[in-house]
Amino acid sequence: MIPLSTTDLFIAASLVMLLALLSLRLQAGISAQLLIAAVRTAVQLTLIGLVLKALFANVHLGWVSLMAVFMLLMAGREVMARQERRFSGWWGFSIGAISMFLSSFAITIFALTVILGDSPWYTPQYAIPLLGMLLGNTMSGVAIALDRLTQSAWEQRGVIEARLLLGERWGEAIADLRRQAVRSGLIPIINAMAAAGVVSLPGMMTGQILAGTPPVEAVKYQILIMFLIAAGTGLGTLAAVMIGSRRLFDERQRLCLDRLREK
Amino acid sequence: MFGPLSLAINAGECVCLSGPSGAGKSQLLRAIADLDPHDGEVLLAGESSGDIKPYLWRQRVGLLPPESSWWWPTAAGHFHNGLPVALEALGLPLDILGKPITRLSSGEKQRLALLRLLANAPRVLLLDEPTANLDPANTLRTEAVINAYRQSHGVAILWVSHDPEQMTRVADRRLQLSDGELQEQPA
Repeated sequence: MIPLSTTDLFIAASLVMLLALLSLRLQAGISAQLLIAAVRTAVQLTLIGLVLKALFANVHLGWVSLMAVFMLLMAGREVMARQERRFSGWWGFSIGAISMFLSSFAITIFALTVILGDSPWYTPQYAIPLLGMLLGNTMSGVAIALDRLTQSAWEQRGVIEARLLLGERWGEAIADLRRQAVRSGLIPIINAMAAAGVVSLPGMMTGQILAGTPPVEAVKYQILIMFLIAAGTGLGTLAAVMIGSRRLFDERQRLCLDRLREK
Repeated sequence: MFGPLSLAINAGECVCLSGPSGAGKSQLLRAIADLDPHDGEVLLAGESSGDIKPYLWRQRVGLLPPESSWWWPTAAGHFHNGLPVALEALGLPLDILGKPITRLSSGEKQRLALLRLLANAPRVLLLDEPTANLDPANTLRTEAVINAYRQSHGVAILWVSHDPEQMTRVADRRLQLSDGELQEQPA
């Protein structure tokens, strides 16, 4: 792999600066945002690089777990932050965190122990990137599904209550919305799988190829990752929609929209 | 929110409820149907709502909300227990069931929603302005259908209405809800 010097990165950074100047001239009003985001990218990735370096040097289950739990909590928070109408109180965070746990944590451990089978199974070189990729890629599905569920429950309260009034159980009254929410959560990964290699070259595979891995090996890893992401998104989306829809009703099966609060 | 109130309706009795907007008439109906959290107790033939599964309670205590909601493309999809019998008595053509819901008028939807509710064979009817969108002829037809159902099934009815003449026609008893209190009105 061709090593990158700091100068190389500054050249790339100058492109972003140029874009910022351009948007300033066009009065697009996003120059500041753009620069802040660019700085965040540099700082956050440098930090994570240092953390990973330390983690790789001291292979210990405790450190890996600590890092994993931190990443999971951040993902749970991110899912919550993306909701237009989120569940109030602890539920808002918990639903996101539980779903992300299922979508990423469980799937990562499964992949590490059953499929990769490295020794020890928590080797950070595999564990952390795998978890990070799963968290990052399943998060949007889970967030979209949950957002769709709460948003449509809010808009269609009349229908849900009319169905309750005709003697339907809560699960029947919200079944249609639940189906739509799961579907909208899964569509992005289905599209990504359908377009992989034709429209887009997935990032991880590209990275491995850049690093000198033979393309066929890189492709195998990419296929593995895509399948893990699909399974994780499905699992996390189902969990989020199941828990979320139950939380929309109280013990007397009344629709409780006061459990949601607007952003 | 309003204070404690007590109300008993006999089987086969029709009680009309009136009162200024915002007095809580709809809220009272929703609480009886157990659609909103509430204090106190609602009994049907001696059984408390809390002791009955919520969906069974709402099948027995049928609330007709002022606005009807539909979730299948046509009305027919909402009648899974067979086609409604009283279509003609309500002045509705038979082919209305196959038309897209979006093409129906609010008055047509209101009458269809009544039939949908009656198809559930509720033992109590909570009617929230069931004739609000209807012309005089269809108002009379609707009253007749409700009355026929009351007599054949012996149901208790709590009927929210703003029309004094309608109350004279249908009510056994009249109540007014204002300032959080229920008051008996002279017939």
